[in-house]
Amino acid sequence: MRIEYWILIITKHEKVSYLSGGFRPGKKCTMRYSEIKAHLSKFRIGIAGAGGLGSNCAVSLARSGVGTLVIADFDIIEEPNLNRQYYFTDQIGQKKTIALKENISRINPNVSVIIHQTKINRSNIVEFFSGCHIIVEAFDSAEMKEMLIETIQQNMPGIPLVVGSGMAGWGKTNDITCRKIDDTLYVCGDECSEVSEYLPPIAPRVGIVANMQANVVLELLMNIK
Amino acid sequence: MNILLNNREEKFIQETISVSEMLLLKKFSFKMRIIKINGTLVSKENYDTTFIHDGDDVQMIYLMSGG
Repeated sequence: MRIEYWILIITKHEKVSYLSGGFRPGKKCTMRYSEIKAHLSKFRIGIAGAGGLGSNCAVSLARSGVGTLVIADFDIIEEPNLNRQYYFTDQIGQKKTIALKENISRINPNVSVIIHQTKINRSNIVEFFSGCHIIVEAFDSAEMKEMLIETIQQNMPGIPLVVGSGMAGWGKTNDITCRKIDDTLYVCGDECSEVSEYLPPIAPRVGIVANMQANVVLELLMNIK
Repeated sequence: MNILLNNREEKFIQETISVSEMLLLKKFSFKMRIIKINGTLVSKENYDTTFIHDGDDVQMIYLMSGG
């Protein structure tokens, strides 16, 4: 693990396949903000999980004016979730998907939110997210992340997937990066901080990764003509 | 053979090796990972039977719990 970690650090410094670099003002993007908003409203984004990554990413995309969000999660809001997830104390005990839909409607009522209050597994992923232009992986456990990535990459070819991996703890802001594996796979996070009793997930780093994922989604959508 | 491993050039004396052998040779012991060879995802159960050849582009991502 030690050697591997060291290699990971080196690769991080030598990353070549970075994202396309975004829009440089006045260079590439010729749309005005009104046109950008109209453009973004045409798309549908899938979000697998409505916890720390999913709730914050969904809110970020809703504020940006993405047209439709498809959110899937089976979980219920508990008090410890509030250290990072986009819910409120009076929503404790509610289903996350329903509470998130309510919160989004209070932020941007123009966003249409489709929810699936079911545990995601290999057999329902394609059905839940069919028609989505991009899918955001926002699960908690590494096993679920693996299951989702395998299923989508193998059964939904060509659909970009934006994964979050490595965001436990605090500080180390500059270790969090965003890298493009290929046209259908992007990873946001430090790829090495795993959650434990001594390294909990907390709002700042989880929020950074969630918003990084949303930022990758926007960049990809803006590249669609 | 020479391959690209997470965008870095890597040399192996063998002409071809399975994904499992590559992980062993590189001492990559962390279990939760995604591996793509030339853009195609290799499932964990196929690590023994999928081979890496000269010139292949191997990408790995590490999956950490938390979110």
